[in-house]
Amino acid sequence: MPVADDDAIRCDACPVLCYIKPGRTGACDRYANSNGQLIRIDPHVVLDRALSRGGSVVPFLDRNRDWDGNIVAGSGTFVTAIGAGTTYPDYKPAPFIISSEVQGVDMVTVVTEGIFSYCGVKLKIDTDRYLGPETNTVRAQGEPVGHVTTSEYGSQMLSLGGVRHLTGGTRREGTVTCETLLNLCERKPVELTIDEGATVIVEAGKPPIVDGAKEERMRVGCGSATIGMFAKQWHGKVDEVVVVDDHITGVLSEHQAGKLLGIRETGIEMKGRRSTPGRYFRVAEPGTAWGGTNIDDPLSILQEFDPKIAWPKLRLLMVSTTGEHYAYYELDEALRPVEKELPAALIESVTRITENCEPALCTVLFMGGAGGSLRAGVTENPVRLTHSVRDALTRVTCGGAPVYVWPGGGITFMVDVTRMPERAFGYVPTPALVAPIEFTLKLKDYAALGGYMDHVRALDSILKDESRRHLSANPENPWPLPENKSPRSQP
Amino acid sequence: MRAKIRLLPDGRRLHLNDGPIDLIIEAFAEPDQTTAAYRAAADRFVSVLDELCEELPLLRQPARRDSPRAFGVIARRMQAAVAPYCERTFITPMAAVAGAVAEEILNTMTSVTSLSRAYVNNGGDIALHLTPGESFSIGMVERPDRPSLFGKVKLRSIDPIRGIATSGWRGRSFSLGIADAVTVLADSASTADAAATIIANAVDLPGHPCVTRVSARDLAPDSDLGNRLVTQAVGELSGEDISAALDAGAALAQSLIADDLICSAALHLRGATRVAGSAQHSPRPTRPLSAPSAIMILQE
Repeated sequence: MPVADDDAIRCDACPVLCYIKPGRTGACDRYANSNGQLIRIDPHVVLDRALSRGGSVVPFLDRNRDWDGNIVAGSGTFVTAIGAGTTYPDYKPAPFIISSEVQGVDMVTVVTEGIFSYCGVKLKIDTDRYLGPETNTVRAQGEPVGHVTTSEYGSQMLSLGGVRHLTGGTRREGTVTCETLLNLCERKPVELTIDEGATVIVEAGKPPIVDGAKEERMRVGCGSATIGMFAKQWHGKVDEVVVVDDHITGVLSEHQAGKLLGIRETGIEMKGRRSTPGRYFRVAEPGTAWGGTNIDDPLSILQEFDPKIAWPKLRLLMVSTTGEHYAYYELDEALRPVEKELPAALIESVTRITENCEPALCTVLFMGGAGGSLRAGVTENPVRLTHSVRDALTRVTCGGAPVYVWPGGGITFMVDVTRMPERAFGYVPTPALVAPIEFTLKLKDYAALGGYMDHVRALDSILKDESRRHLSANPENPWPLPENKSPRSQP
Repeated sequence: MRAKIRLLPDGRRLHLNDGPIDLIIEAFAEPDQTTAAYRAAADRFVSVLDELCEELPLLRQPARRDSPRAFGVIARRMQAAVAPYCERTFITPMAAVAGAVAEEILNTMTSVTSLSRAYVNNGGDIALHLTPGESFSIGMVERPDRPSLFGKVKLRSIDPIRGIATSGWRGRSFSLGIADAVTVLADSASTADAAATIIANAVDLPGHPCVTRVSARDLAPDSDLGNRLVTQAVGELSGEDISAALDAGAALAQSLIADDLICSAALHLRGATRVAGSAQHSPRPTRPLSAPSAIMILQE
């Protein structure tokens, strides 16, 4: 291909001879300049593409991206639905229905991209910092895109997308929601703002950034649990320990673990509501400082020490559930805590709290449902596909990645986007997300559920087209086809 | 051979593809007539792209009253379609290429056979053939995942409409305006195509800070739009902005209707729609809508 002065290349696939700039396609939308290479990005003639141009309906025809057609591992090949296209909205067979033989059994994989207009993502954000009140609106670019759900095990759950934000609100709300979901699924960082709460930057597989502070660690447990875990290591090195936590703040001398070690009463008086001995709720308001509270000065959660019990030189350690914040005090003659340098003997215990905290990450689960028309691309009798998935005869994968299929009606599934190949998602301006979905089952089961047997093609016929991109399978994923003697077998 | 010629799996429609030209064709007649029509269409089709490319430099030049006359029949049809606009605005014959190709293939089919109805859909620019008493139902689909129509119009043989075209910045071709889509009904596909292009260009808010524009040449060095700024993104617009932009486009559409250049036009921008011309011939939205995603010929 001749290269023009400005990095554009001249495409000689047809007499139009387009000059194509890097990252762009020629007039046909089929040939593109990928870093100076002429690539074909639409190796299939997709049905009715002519219908799409009026409003650019079908993004797999015009997405300027590399072809992620196949996952290849060892001797096996699995054709993913990424970039496969779809036969929506026609009730026609899916774009690819591919047969392959695995250990003498004929298998079939039905490969299609789905247009998911009711989909969403579930976010698990590992942080003790306060993100905002439950049920409050989560916004992106000022538009409502979801809400805060429950806080569970040191993580804050957010639910984004769904039919109401995608299609029930204003046009802009739908567009921004779609863009937000797409970026999250594509593992890009997304800034989310919670009404009456924090601004958090979420990126799949990366630590959350809450109000500008990167969350390094996920707490080892609540304040009370931390007391239980480390009581022995503190015994004899310090008289009192308070583990500050927005949920349950622990106090060593009152805690069951301290009692068992015979730790002496210290006369400490906590703010907040005592739950059981040594466990306090609501010592402060939620926030993004110490232990997910709003306090910068830990002493603000203490009242005066009881002079009948406390003694001068009493040694007090205050630490957060991640060990990220800590302070060491000794009481003066007036029983007031005076901050001192952390003694060497205690450094190890604080470090150990930190060590026992796992890296804080954001998890993005894409949640979609295979609706009636998508299932109709698999079989003429869509409900049988649902039954087949229920009966575990049909395996569902998303770009080759394993999914969790919810019990109950329909085929509603969740997938960890980090297990999918890159650039697996697209969108249509309706707005809706485009995501790959594959159904794999035995050929005879496919025939039994009313599959499009006359559209089944052999795998070899697909692989001849060299424009498909071959990717190595993610070794952490189970192989999407039934396992045979292949060395890459997973337990 | 470069061109791809095949019947779609439904066994009824013909799909022709060559370079950027992609046609879906359906003819309604006795089976032997349909076969003959498709054969004629394919025979004509294989030389279309080469013909056009021979004259590409001329066709990419702005149309002027004194432009040299093109040689090919399709190129001449393109010139004729844009000629009424060459003094009032910037336009090149390329603005009518899709419609002109559709028209040529349709004419080829109808000249050799007797078809009751036929259409040639060139990426949303559609040429229609109707014999007396026949009609087509035309639908606009907003959402491909929910094939419900937002606008539907029945075109009868007595209606003076044989062409439909859609233009907008979200489409495959560049646009100087911000319309999500402008759909035009006219007496031929090439005239509809040219008119849709300039109406979509006129739906605009010159200098508006929320509109991202890029030189066409920076995107495609050989674009017929040269260094003109083409729309690449449209940010949030107020209700007044939307009205103002649609007003500008609708005023142009009205003047084209008054000059008998088109029959009607439907202009879409951010969920708002303006219809110019005969209501009878206009796809009427039944609810607020965004850009129409597709124009469909409905089966009856």
